[in-house]
Amino acid sequence: MRPFEFTRAESAADAMRLAGDGATIIAGGTNLLDLMKLEVMAPQALVDINRLDLGDIDEAEGGGLRIGALVRNSDLAADRRVRDAYPMLAEALLAGASGQLRNKATTGGNLLQRTRCYYYYDTAMPCNKREPGSGCQAIGGITRLHALFGASEHCIATHPSDMAVALRALDARVEIQSQDGVTRMLPLGDFYRLPGDTPHIETVLVPGDLITAVLLPAPAGARQTYRKVRDRASYAFALVSVAGVLDVEDGRIVRPALAFGGVGHMPWRNPEVEALLEGEAPSVDLFAEAAARLVAEAEPQGGNAFKIPLLRRTLQAVLRELTEA
Amino acid sequence: MTDPTKRKHGDASDGALHLGSPLARVDGDRKVRGEAAYALDAAPAGLAHGVLVRGTIGAGTVLSVDAASARQSPGVLMVFTPFDTPVLGAPDSFLDGTPGEGPFHVFPASILHWGQAVAAVIAETRQQAETAAALLRIDYAPGDVVPSILSKDAGPGVPVGAVDIDRGDAEAALAGSVFRVEATYETPREYHVPIEPHGAVAWWEGDRLTVREPSQWIDAMARTYAGWFGIPFENVRLISHFVGGGFGSKVTAMTHGAVAALAARELGRPVKVAVTRAQNFTAHGGRAATRQTLRLGADADGRLKAIVQDGESETSVFVPFVEQLNAATSVMYDVPNLRSRQRLVHVNTVTPAHMRAPGKHPSAFGLESAIDELAHLAGIDPVELRLRNEAGFNPQTGQPWSSRRLREALVEGARRFGWKDRPAAPRSMRDADGAFLGWGVAAGLFPALDHFGEAGLRVDADGSIEVLSAGIDMGTGTYTILAQAAADALGVLPGDVTVRLGDSELPSGPLAGNSLLAGVMTGLVHKAAAAMRETIIGLALTEQGSPFRGSELNTLDITRGRIHPTLDEGRAVPIADLLKAIGRDRIERIEDNFPAGTSAQERHRIMTTVAGLRPPDGGVSSVASWCAHFVEVKVDEDFGTVRVRRVVSGFDCGRLYNPHLAASQFRGGIVMGIGQALLEGGRVDPRDGRIVNDNLGDYLIPTNADIPDIEVFSVGEPDFRAAPMGGKPVGEIGIVGVAPAICNAVFHATGQRIRRLPLDIAALLSTN
Ligand SMILES: Cc1cc2nc3c(=O)[nH]c(=O)nc-3n(C[C@H](O)[C@H](O)[C@H](O)COP(=O)(O)OP(=O)(O)OC[C@H]3O[C@@H](n4cnc5c(N)ncnc54)[C@H](O)[C@@H]3O)c2cc1C
Ligand code: SF4
Repeated sequence: MRPFEFTRAESAADAMRLAGDGATIIAGGTNLLDLMKLEVMAPQALVDINRLDLGDIDEAEGGGLRIGALVRNSDLAADRRVRDAYPMLAEALLAGASGQLRNKATTGGNLLQRTRCYYYYDTAMPCNKREPGSGCQAIGGITRLHALFGASEHCIATHPSDMAVALRALDARVEIQSQDGVTRMLPLGDFYRLPGDTPHIETVLVPGDLITAVLLPAPAGARQTYRKVRDRASYAFALVSVAGVLDVEDGRIVRPALAFGGVGHMPWRNPEVEALLEGEAPSVDLFAEAAARLVAEAEPQGGNAFKIPLLRRTLQAVLRELTEA
Repeated sequence: MTDPTKRKHGDASDGALHLGSPLARVDGDRKVRGEAAYALDAAPAGLAHGVLVRGTIGAGTVLSVDAASARQSPGVLMVFTPFDTPVLGAPDSFLDGTPGEGPFHVFPASILHWGQAVAAVIAETRQQAETAAALLRIDYAPGDVVPSILSKDAGPGVPVGAVDIDRGDAEAALAGSVFRVEATYETPREYHVPIEPHGAVAWWEGDRLTVREPSQWIDAMARTYAGWFGIPFENVRLISHFVGGGFGSKVTAMTHGAVAALAARELGRPVKVAVTRAQNFTAHGGRAATRQTLRLGADADGRLKAIVQDGESETSVFVPFVEQLNAATSVMYDVPNLRSRQRLVHVNTVTPAHMRAPGKHPSAFGLESAIDELAHLAGIDPVELRLRNEAGFNPQTGQPWSSRRLREALVEGARRFGWKDRPAAPRSMRDADGAFLGWGVAAGLFPALDHFGEAGLRVDADGSIEVLSAGIDMGTGTYTILAQAAADALGVLPGDVTVRLGDSELPSGPLAGNSLLAGVMTGLVHKAAAAMRETIIGLALTEQGSPFRGSELNTLDITRGRIHPTLDEGRAVPIADLLKAIGRDRIERIEDNFPAGTSAQERHRIMTTVAGLRPPDGGVSSVASWCAHFVEVKVDEDFGTVRVRRVVSGFDCGRLYNPHLAASQFRGGIVMGIGQALLEGGRVDPRDGRIVNDNLGDYLIPTNADIPDIEVFSVGEPDFRAAPMGGKPVGEIGIVGVAPAICNAVFHATGQRIRRLPLDIAALLSTN
């Protein structure tokens, strides 16, 4: 690890000013410190935001929740309101990392955790995400963890968060404060970016921006589930995951929302698949058609081809589960 | 046949009081409190820190190293590169009978595998050393890389020859067999990943070198340091009080130790070199990847007529390491005709090493899977098929077994597991949620080796009793069982005995490998304690000042540390009081098991090289431990996930010196076996041979959630041909046969035969 300066921000303005001057924000530190130890990231200065007043979960107007950026993953998963109205979010959180890590990890930090691409972690390897312009060593290498959707010739990495997949299916928005005093609210689809030719830029945040909260709208559907498929029974990132929410009214699927993890540079959504399901009576054939539509545009990289049948089956299983009884 | 449940197995059935009882480990408390000092906890005054730098090509040459800015970086004391590192001396050969390995080039310019150490930086702090290391500019001329045994250009390999077997006429017997199976089985590279990574702290006092380093063989490592630095063996002190797991990876001295000792000499101050987790995947080898094709032939009753084996294992381009693929194949069953061949495929990897149950694991994976395939083909229950093929004597050597209770393990295991309710057909058992269940069985073995050694026993005037040995405890329980062994023979309680281990200044200890240390050391400690008892009684009867002198007794007894006339505990005198009364400060005994007349030079050779390893029982009988694993798996075919739900395993390891600790070893081995079956495997980049999953986040080992209830039981009986105190190998056998039992259970659940490990999600998805 390289030496760095460390400052505790006493106010959001403080934090944004320091971050605008080049300091890196540290929240739970569970991702950032690992990357610093491996020298994948070597910030000269850290600004600690843990003293800011961003640790509460409040009820929002219109029936949603406002989750402060510093709410710990454990606390969010344990919140009664979350467990009642957004059980899929609690499931996703609890499927991630370990108890110790979730006690430290924050809502904001979780959204911004970096990819688990093997080559990103090895500073001896070319990696456009770590060192823009150096190349992508993953292409042609071991690609088990890599993307099926939205990748580019510059980067095929996936976003590893479980929480973010659930949030995307729940139509959550990220609240961002900027140094100029403007507050933006962005749905996850607009918050994250595809790699394109700038895979090192993962979100629309600019230096000096601070995530202050995540806003959950009133729950869309009562039937929710988060299904994570991984190599071992715990303490592993998703090979693929599916977050699903829908209702069944008069024997028909309504307002389906589906997000997919482990397959894209951001939690993935496919409006066509949702449109295909909307208003239809649940059936094995329908689910198969939805799954086929989802993977139709998948672009495997070799070592991750197994994720295509896996994703298809996981989606079908989730739809079965959500529409049963 | 006697009912195995009604016997006393492996406990104190020979009348011993403490050895054989389930004493909790005596060092457990210190470990839980964090008070047990591991090698890298040492922080002598003036300590400097070194880091190793890994090469980033799979093969080729280091052309130059520009270290200018690194040398100027804050705190930097030294930089070693291929071009300015002193060449170290040549230790005498470790592999007896082969030529010595020659002078040691710590950082050779020629690169033979990805991650090979190419430089080191020593600085005041670890962080300064790391910062400077990142400033090195290393220029390479890359060469052609053969990344792994799976590479197209890996070639067929070269015959090993030495392990070939031709028993009877296997091809003819196979051709005449009623049932024949043929299949190819593969195992990946596996890594030891001990939770305590490698590293060393070294310092010099004149021409005396002290190294603190986790070690499975203190004296062998000390010999290497002596050879490297051209100093007498006696001038090297190697200390390894606690070892946080070794699994075979901590037997020999390596580059990190050489750098620590070299830098310490050049700088005149202590130096620590800690090997990082990632470096632990390239600084030393793991288990070699293997591939074997087996052809089995059996008669109409399922009796094996022939086995033909053709195998390959991976090794480096510079050392012919053999992961012996017929270790189980050749002795497991009574088969009259057997032909076995093995080739070595040289690739650009660090040289593989012995890893828990070397050879035995991949060998059993192939054989025990093939036996299951045969059972299915022949329509014979797989337990029954194994019983029909039980070998009454060692089919390879013709020796009688010292003991072989595999039949009991199979029969009793089947009973405990409920095997009789198993429907024969695959895909016939389902869980409540619709997922498939499957039951599988496999057997395993671990052939024993013996070694030499010494044990010291010391009684001080204050009555304290110490057992002394350079042998080590890598978390398995040496401290505990030696206290138990000494207590019995001396007539004291285990709690009265302090065991001191892991220091080359102590009496020479055997290798902690091949699961042999417990057998050798309990015997030696028992011998030394019994001799000490005789000495004490002799002194009590004869020495001036002893209360028993002139009492016309012909002997005395010692009970709970008090000396007394036989059958009269009323007149007991504590050992300490006797020593005071006769004016002695200390009594010491050292016992050994060297053949009479062994010269000092020969002792050194057999205690510091593999020359001292030999078959137990003078080779008269064949000695091995045996086991049978019964496994239930649940397979979710939608996701290709396999979860082990239940394991019942029976072991014949002779007498268990401490059933509690032995059960931990069995369970730990089974946990490791579950990892081998489902998770473990180095992922080798097909371009440059880099191990991409070189960390514990990506190199998957089981978590608690992956491990079900594991029931282990012992069917062993004391076997005094195996070891003086009646035990057989315990530490490694637990993993042997677990992976095939799981794959056999997956076949029973799904009808899909998995022949390549690990059986990960991709494996099951690609076959259905
Ligand atoms: C061993 C291990 C296993 C794991 N397994 C899983 C898993 O299975 N599933 C899963 O989803 N995750 C997993 N994780 C990742 C874990 O969820 C993240 O590390 C954690 O959520 C990050 O949160 P943090 O608060 O610690 O972030 P930090 O490490 O503090 O920060 C992460 C990034 O976010 C930035 N940041 C933080 N807060 C803000 C803010 N308010 N505004 C702007 N920028 C900010 C930081 O600058 C930094 O770049 C695992 C992590 C580890 C170490
Ligand atoms: S996939 Fe992305 S993160 Fe991985 S090596 Fe390529 S550029 Fe880097």
